[in-house]
Amino acid sequence: MAKLKLRGVVKQFGPNTVCNGIDLDVEEGQMVCLIGASGAGKSTLLRCIDLLEAVEDGEMFLAGEGIAIPGLHPQGVRARIGMVFQSFNLFPHMTALENAMLAPRRVHGRSKADLVGEVEELFNRFGLAERMHNFPDQLSGGQQQRVAIIRALAMRPEVMLFDEITSALDPQLVGEVLDVLLMLKQQGMTMVLATHEMGFARQAADKVCFLKDGKIIEEGQPEALFDAPEREETKAFLARALK
Amino acid sequence: MATTKAAGMTRRERFEAQQRRRSLIIAATSTLVVVACIIIFVPMTPGWAKVQRSFFNGDVLVDTFPKLLDAFKINIMIFAWSAPAIAILGLLIALARDAKSPALFPLRIFGATFTDVFRGVPVILTVYLIGFGIPGLGLPRPWNSPYIWGSLALILTYSAYVAEIFRSGIDSVHQSQRSAALSLGLSERQVMRDVVLPQAIRNVVPAQMNMLIALQKDVSLLSFIGPVEIFRQAGVFKSLTANFTPYVGAAIIFLIVTIPATRYADYLMAKQMRDRS
Repeated sequence: MAKLKLRGVVKQFGPNTVCNGIDLDVEEGQMVCLIGASGAGKSTLLRCIDLLEAVEDGEMFLAGEGIAIPGLHPQGVRARIGMVFQSFNLFPHMTALENAMLAPRRVHGRSKADLVGEVEELFNRFGLAERMHNFPDQLSGGQQQRVAIIRALAMRPEVMLFDEITSALDPQLVGEVLDVLLMLKQQGMTMVLATHEMGFARQAADKVCFLKDGKIIEEGQPEALFDAPEREETKAFLARALK
Repeated sequence: MATTKAAGMTRRERFEAQQRRRSLIIAATSTLVVVACIIIFVPMTPGWAKVQRSFFNGDVLVDTFPKLLDAFKINIMIFAWSAPAIAILGLLIALARDAKSPALFPLRIFGATFTDVFRGVPVILTVYLIGFGIPGLGLPRPWNSPYIWGSLALILTYSAYVAEIFRSGIDSVHQSQRSAALSLGLSERQVMRDVVLPQAIRNVVPAQMNMLIALQKDVSLLSFIGPVEIFRQAGVFKSLTANFTPYVGAAIIFLIVTIPATRYADYLMAKQMRDRS
């Protein structure tokens, strides 16, 4: 059974249809990359999966449970899905450690004392142990983004969504963030990425989906999709993106 | 490199030092001219001797100043209990106006009406209406005290303004902060309490400082309904001495408090601008 299954997901903003019937299957432990031009609907799709946007139509299943049900309380689902954003969105009035501990404390009702060891272990694992007590504005972009990943992981999510998480970073900081994704993949995390990092998608993804105008118009294994795309649109996009 | 650094200064530094000297000389000269004009010409006006006697009378000032300071303690007292009440009520009104649950709709209406009414009526009118109106109900002591109802009038009026400032602060927290907090599974209430409000309140500290300064001055409006605070006390001395100097004394006391406070608010504002850029 797919960890995450989408059928016919539609999302509109006013007259604009941003997602226009998307089907997607993500197996447990898979890394799926969504590629496509800006405005193709990648970010909106991720926000829909995390129930930050209510979908117009379609079905979504998390580990077999329907989550695209009007009136469903979104909190429980969001707590099971981790999301990392392009602009980090760390809480600036809290230290890195406090950022990571807030949600487990509030949502799972765990005590600081009970949590701290586990969260410190995450900071250790991602090489940020010395930065734990810094505030976000004292960290580099790459460090902030890694803290944002730790913050999401602290909730022990079943699936992680990454929304162009390296797009706001200086080129020399991109690597340290992508390394974290590789570590997560090794640990068997189920992940969906919206990304412009074609090299990374090709090297690390289990499946790549090309979106255009709110639809997945081609998907497949990275080698197949990058080396022998079938659709003209995919070819044109890759020609521009890989130039 | 052919050019050498003269006297350890770069060419730019020398130029800027020269510019600074020039500005300093111009500023000093123009200030001197203005002050000299005031000193020379104001005493030449026909009524100056009279004005000096009735507004800047040293003896009267020395006599009344300590008692004015005493009366100022009443201002401080009223300020001290009103300010925290305003902060709390203002925040509650701001939150009421942003309440999303349909069950809380009456609260939203109440919040909106409250801010409309108390921002729309001049403070002095509110002070009169509440300060005279409610004790007029014939309440027993101490519940007929103008201190209570006058303070309430200030609290209501200022809460309306403070609430709007808090609301602008809440709006100033970027939507992405809410997204990030919601994506972690926090409830709307937790997002407001743990993520949005702490940032919102910090963002509006300088603006709220200015409200405090305005409140400090408006406490004097209570003199119209009874309390003998500094303005009223100065009026009493004016009548006793047939001299306006006590008013100048009162103004000096206000300035001693408000100038440092205003400077501090400006400093906070400037610091915030720097931090954001």
